[in-house]
Amino acid sequence: MTNELEVRGLAKTYGSGPNAVHAIGDLTFDVRQGEFLCIVGPSGCGKTTLLKCLSGLLRPSAGSAALEGKPIDGPPDALALVFQDYNRSLLPWMSIARNVALPLLAQGVGKAERRARATEALESVGLHDVGDLYPWQLSGGMQQRAAIARALAYRPRLLLMDEPFASVDAQTRSDLEDLVLDVHARLGITVVFVTHDIDESVYLADRIVVLTHRPTRTAEIVDVTLPRPRDQIRTKEMPEFAQLRGHVVRLIRAQRLGGEQSAPPALAAAEA
Amino acid sequence: MTRRLGIIGLEIWLPVALVIVWWAATRDGDSPFFPPLSEIWESFRENWLFERVGSDLVPSVLLFVEGLAIAVVLGIALGLVLGLWPLGRRATAPTIDFLRSIPAPALISVMIIVLGFGQSMKVAAIAFASLFPVLLNTIDGVRGVDTVQTDMATVYRLRRSDRIFRVVLPAASPQIFAGLRVSLAVALAVLVFSEMLAGTDGLGFFILYSQETYQIPAMWSGIIMLGLLGYVVNLIFVVAERRIMRWHRGWRATARDAGGAS
Repeated sequence: MTNELEVRGLAKTYGSGPNAVHAIGDLTFDVRQGEFLCIVGPSGCGKTTLLKCLSGLLRPSAGSAALEGKPIDGPPDALALVFQDYNRSLLPWMSIARNVALPLLAQGVGKAERRARATEALESVGLHDVGDLYPWQLSGGMQQRAAIARALAYRPRLLLMDEPFASVDAQTRSDLEDLVLDVHARLGITVVFVTHDIDESVYLADRIVVLTHRPTRTAEIVDVTLPRPRDQIRTKEMPEFAQLRGHVVRLIRAQRLGGEQSAPPALAAAEA
Repeated sequence: MTRRLGIIGLEIWLPVALVIVWWAATRDGDSPFFPPLSEIWESFRENWLFERVGSDLVPSVLLFVEGLAIAVVLGIALGLVLGLWPLGRRATAPTIDFLRSIPAPALISVMIIVLGFGQSMKVAAIAFASLFPVLLNTIDGVRGVDTVQTDMATVYRLRRSDRIFRVVLPAASPQIFAGLRVSLAVALAVLVFSEMLAGTDGLGFFILYSQETYQIPAMWSGIIMLGLLGYVVNLIFVVAERRIMRWHRGWRATARDAGGAS
């Protein structure tokens, strides 16, 4: 299987000298084409920094990330990003349809097709007849659906999602998880999904990249062999789900303890 | 319907009461400076319905609109550039702060030397004075655009023009409108002042000329006309703002709800 995304020795340091913050120490992993990859890690481990590097918003201090073999040195056209704060990333002065169609402007898509693609994308995330409403007239869950629709209308080959469901209620959250799984299965796009919710990562992923404390490294890459299609009840009842979940929780807890005592043991383990 | 009437009643009682008080207090006409309201009304009718509308009101309105239009276009364009360009902002901030601290009337004397007593001097004075509220608010508004929104624009590779006209300026528009509101008041004040200082027509000239020639009721009628002009200008502004910024009120209301709930 070919790799959609290759991350090699990626590091990011903010500032310099004694005040430098080493957000990402050294990250190497691949994302295979069509794969659903989740990234989890202890809080404050530089997940957002990583996503910014992958989406071309930040330049890494060392190492590289390459999308389809091309190094990422600016936002790639094959990539869409779903932000955590839907109420900030959707523009409140534009109707939902215009929000969804906005990225298509840059692609030079004509007006009629923009409209059609926006409607199609909105319907594919289960939003009907809301195109003329403003984002703030919708519930949080519907806003995040619209943000996902915006990403899909862009027709990316890699979809990055930055803790997209962190601020919706539990019921909406499982609906949206299933929506993303459905989109992934239907469109066959590669998804990189950052979350701090371990259950969510096990439920969604083909593989989970577990990160260490800052400066971030890869603690382990966990294969999730749960059968698809996944189901909120049946999948989560499987003994394998519980085992995987336990394994990831332990990995992260070890990070946290390691981080609190002193950094070196955890780092040494990661380097070894 | 009764609710609507109630609101109108609530808004109109004070003006009505003030007119009655004014009328009652000046009825005897014993003060030359406060002539009876009936005389002022008589003068208002003679002058402003519609004898002097073409000769004095329209020129004032045109000056006002021209000066303000220049200030708004320049203020938003310059504010956008400086808002997006930290180095340019640093390089101009002390100058802008100095210039905006000079009261506009003081500059009129310079402008008279440079541009003479004509209309261009008045337009320049109005434009200069009302530039700064729009300019400074645009700079602040552009600087304050949510980074998530600009990141979104970057990730989705928006063209520069789309980024500016569909993201940055709309995001800054609440503050731009706040600046505009101040600019309106400043423009009106400088308009009247410049006409008083160097006018041959216009509302300001009319008010001062009437005063100097002891036509006190005419002076009052001019002041009332000026008040009406200011009121109408503000009304137009409020209606326009309501339409253009409808999203802002809706968005703010829901943001407040969400903030209160969490």
